[in-house]
Amino acid sequence: MEKERQVLVIFPHPDDEAFGVSGTIALHIENNTPVTYICMTLGEMGRNLGNPPFATRESLPKIRKKELQDAADALGLTDLRMWGLRDKTVEFEDDDKLTEKISEAIQELNPSLIISFYPGYSVHPDHEACARAVVRAVGQIEETKRPKLNLVAFANNSIAEIGEPDILHDITAVEDKKIASIKAHRSQTESMVATWAEKMKNQDPTLLNAIRRERFWTYKF
Amino acid sequence: MKPIEPTDVQRVIDGFANKDIYLHLETTNGAYATHNNEDFFSAGAYIRNALVRYQHGKIIGDNPYRIGLKLDIGWIYAEGLNHYEVDEQGRLLTAGLDSTGKLAVALQISTKPFE
Ligand SMILES: [Zn+2]
Repeated sequence: MEKERQVLVIFPHPDDEAFGVSGTIALHIENNTPVTYICMTLGEMGRNLGNPPFATRESLPKIRKKELQDAADALGLTDLRMWGLRDKTVEFEDDDKLTEKISEAIQELNPSLIISFYPGYSVHPDHEACARAVVRAVGQIEETKRPKLNLVAFANNSIAEIGEPDILHDITAVEDKKIASIKAHRSQTESMVATWAEKMKNQDPTLLNAIRRERFWTYKF
Repeated sequence: MKPIEPTDVQRVIDGFANKDIYLHLETTNGAYATHNNEDFFSAGAYIRNALVRYQHGKIIGDNPYRIGLKLDIGWIYAEGLNHYEVDEQGRLLTAGLDSTGKLAVALQISTKPFE
């Protein structure tokens, strides 16, 4: 993995980083690279409230805020920024204002690498709106000064349309931190993590591969 | 939240009648419904902090329940409700959770705006 000057991660929901990016975050931090994570919303509209429910529509944001902080702590991430937008409304925000907010963060942090979603291939409307705004903000920067964009795509047609991911990180070295941060998002991940125990014991290759290999597409303007 | 006790919910609904109340109403299949099943037609609606006043309200049905609120010039209703809570701020929070615990519908009433 290349050594970066500064990494900026931008996602709309707490836990968007958990499965596909948290290992990469931990690797950069272990490499003494500063990492900033901007999380646009608190996932207020999450449908998982626990089963039986331990949260309500109204207590969920407070719970998810704490979970996000715990997940960041598990990765050793110290610059966590919560923007306070509302879940499922990001696409209805003013496009120019959202782009400007991201541009300001880029100016302040001067990242050499930005990690976010891939526009058109990230399924959730908030992911798409976040991805479009990030690409717009970076696109406004003079070509030679642009940070790299490593993006996450998971729409069913991703590989058919944009090809295989060109960046693969083996994060086995920080696997424990990654799993701890996934577990920290308890309200959203508990039922899934519960199905892992048996597979972990048997060293299930599909699961281990999914956890240990993080994949990104480099965005080309 | 716990399973709905209709008599208790009815009592709380009655307490909010003929007052200015803030309403949260939401239905959702989740943003991944079509991703998980291409044939699924995803639909939902959301309104937060609608300021309304109802003449009377009623909970009816046999788990899941329906709640309807009669306004001076209109109606509000939700169906599929099976859980509720009156929280520490005295707000009525009702929800419909599917068999896996995922929220599918929510109807909530408060005398102060929701955050
Ligand atoms: Zn998300």
